[in-house]
Amino acid sequence: MIKPFSIDLSVDVGGLTLRNPVMPASGTFAEGLDKVIDFNRLGAFVTKTVTRELRAGNPLPRVVERPGSLINAIGIPSKGVPHFIERIIPQYAAYEPPLVVSISAPTAEGFASLASELSLPGVSAIEANISCPNIEEDGKAFAMRAESAEKVTRQLRAATKLPLWVKLTPNTGDIAEVARAAEGAGADAVVVANTFLSMAIDLKTFKPCLGNIMGGLSGPAIKPIVVRQVFQCAKAVKIPIIGCGGISSAEDAIEYMLAGATAVQVGTATFLQPAAMVSIIDGIEMFCLQREIKSVTDLVHGVVIEEADDQDLAWLSPPT
Amino acid sequence: MSLDHPSVTKQPAATPPASRAPWQPSIVAEVARVVANTAVNAEYRHLVVDCSEIAAAGQPGQFFQLLCPHPAGEQPFLRRPMSLYGADPVKRQVEFLYKVTGAGTRGLDLIQPGGTLDIMGPLGAGFTLDSKWRHIVAVGRGAGLATLAPLAKAAKASGIKVTAIFSARRPELLVSVDLFKSHGADVVPVTDSEQTSGPGNVERILRGLIAAGKCDAFFTCGSSRLMRVQQRLAIEFGLPGQVAMEQQMACGIGLCYCCVRDFNVGGEIVNRRVCWDGPVFDLLEALP
Repeated sequence: MIKPFSIDLSVDVGGLTLRNPVMPASGTFAEGLDKVIDFNRLGAFVTKTVTRELRAGNPLPRVVERPGSLINAIGIPSKGVPHFIERIIPQYAAYEPPLVVSISAPTAEGFASLASELSLPGVSAIEANISCPNIEEDGKAFAMRAESAEKVTRQLRAATKLPLWVKLTPNTGDIAEVARAAEGAGADAVVVANTFLSMAIDLKTFKPCLGNIMGGLSGPAIKPIVVRQVFQCAKAVKIPIIGCGGISSAEDAIEYMLAGATAVQVGTATFLQPAAMVSIIDGIEMFCLQREIKSVTDLVHGVVIEEADDQDLAWLSPPT
Repeated sequence: MSLDHPSVTKQPAATPPASRAPWQPSIVAEVARVVANTAVNAEYRHLVVDCSEIAAAGQPGQFFQLLCPHPAGEQPFLRRPMSLYGADPVKRQVEFLYKVTGAGTRGLDLIQPGGTLDIMGPLGAGFTLDSKWRHIVAVGRGAGLATLAPLAKAAKASGIKVTAIFSARRPELLVSVDLFKSHGADVVPVTDSEQTSGPGNVERILRGLIAAGKCDAFFTCGSSRLMRVQQRLAIEFGLPGQVAMEQQMACGIGLCYCCVRDFNVGGEIVNRRVCWDGPVFDLLEALP
């Protein structure tokens, strides 16, 4: 079949050019997935979060399912930095997509030193997971408040010359303010968002379903909330936004891009359909072909808002 | 506690990407056509599906992740891991044996022949057979009998004799017995109702087999109590063994680390993924 014209799927995300806007969400991707999909199709690789300390992870059970969603409290198992440098980074050297390394630490200084140590050949960008709700006591995280997000991002910025992506939490009152703080402190892009702090209780035992009591909600159920958060962040910042939350189809990814995302991350969907990312890439291209959209970047923030008044957008006057 | 996933040993390619052989999957998620879905006894059902060559290449001890249809009023979100009961690369079919216990298997129960089922596999590290062995013992209970089933055919193909000690609550709930017998295996049923399934009796049977030179290796699945009996005997007699283990899973391909278990590796407790490093592990490293 001759295409009417070729589609440019490439996007620029915070100092990094990706062949297409689709990449895995941290924690839902590992080298074994290459038995299911051709890694060279992906826009980028994003590793599981690495920490300096050795972490065994949370007590079991670590996941519980709910309609249209999954709650996880894996607890970021990590074998530490030397293992990551010697064993994980080289596994991606043979592939074409850039490697984005996800890091986490209990302090801003810890984030900075980790970013510095992992700014190595073979690493194309740092994604600072300042949002994982399981890692801080009672679910607290840097990205819950603009001040702490600003502080950790500033230290990260000083510690690495690599593109710096900051992954925000949806568990905050004003995510746009946090995104603005990260931008002001030097982030090259923000990832919006992470899982929602949540809980499930077993009615047979009256016990929490997760060993960690609370966990992070992901999957299709959270998508409309995070699309809203991307839309709000897109109005607040000029740096690119990477949308992440409940994406399982090309339509979902396009919706995120229309809301303001330049690229997207796919996580939980891979657990159900391991080739989901490749299907999404193909589906975005097909959509652009059908709609005669030459560049996928034309979708970014393409949402058509007919009401010009921002006051209306705040839906202060609900429909009557 | 340290973490360990020894099966990941990818080497960086020596050649640039452009000159590599075309990429091919070895695990697939595909919509398979259901050939049969019938009850084999009061508890277990036998599911047979037509599938691709890749799926039909599944090996004994490997498993699939099934995307189960939603039964009325329930929405199972994740796939359900299911041991391979049989794989036929010529007919391009895979078989599963399941007991209806939850939302996922209630959904499986609804599928009619001619219908479809989204299967993903083959997954995990399965059993391995050593051509030096002449006679092995398979010890299973409950759903473990389904997991051990493909061993019968594989052992026969390798010229290895099998004695299967199969445990169930009642004789009529035993599965895989005819399958093992059809491949020339000796089957020793033990049941709770006949008071023959206790670890003491199973140990007596195993000691008899060892004394008769009929136990070059243990294969087991489905009972921690019986696994411990075999671990003791394996140490006492210096015999190897393999155990297929279960754990709640999400992704099934080593991504999410929800299905980890502890293993004793040379006195050190290590954490491994049942879906990716297993589900079959060294008998002596397994912890109940």
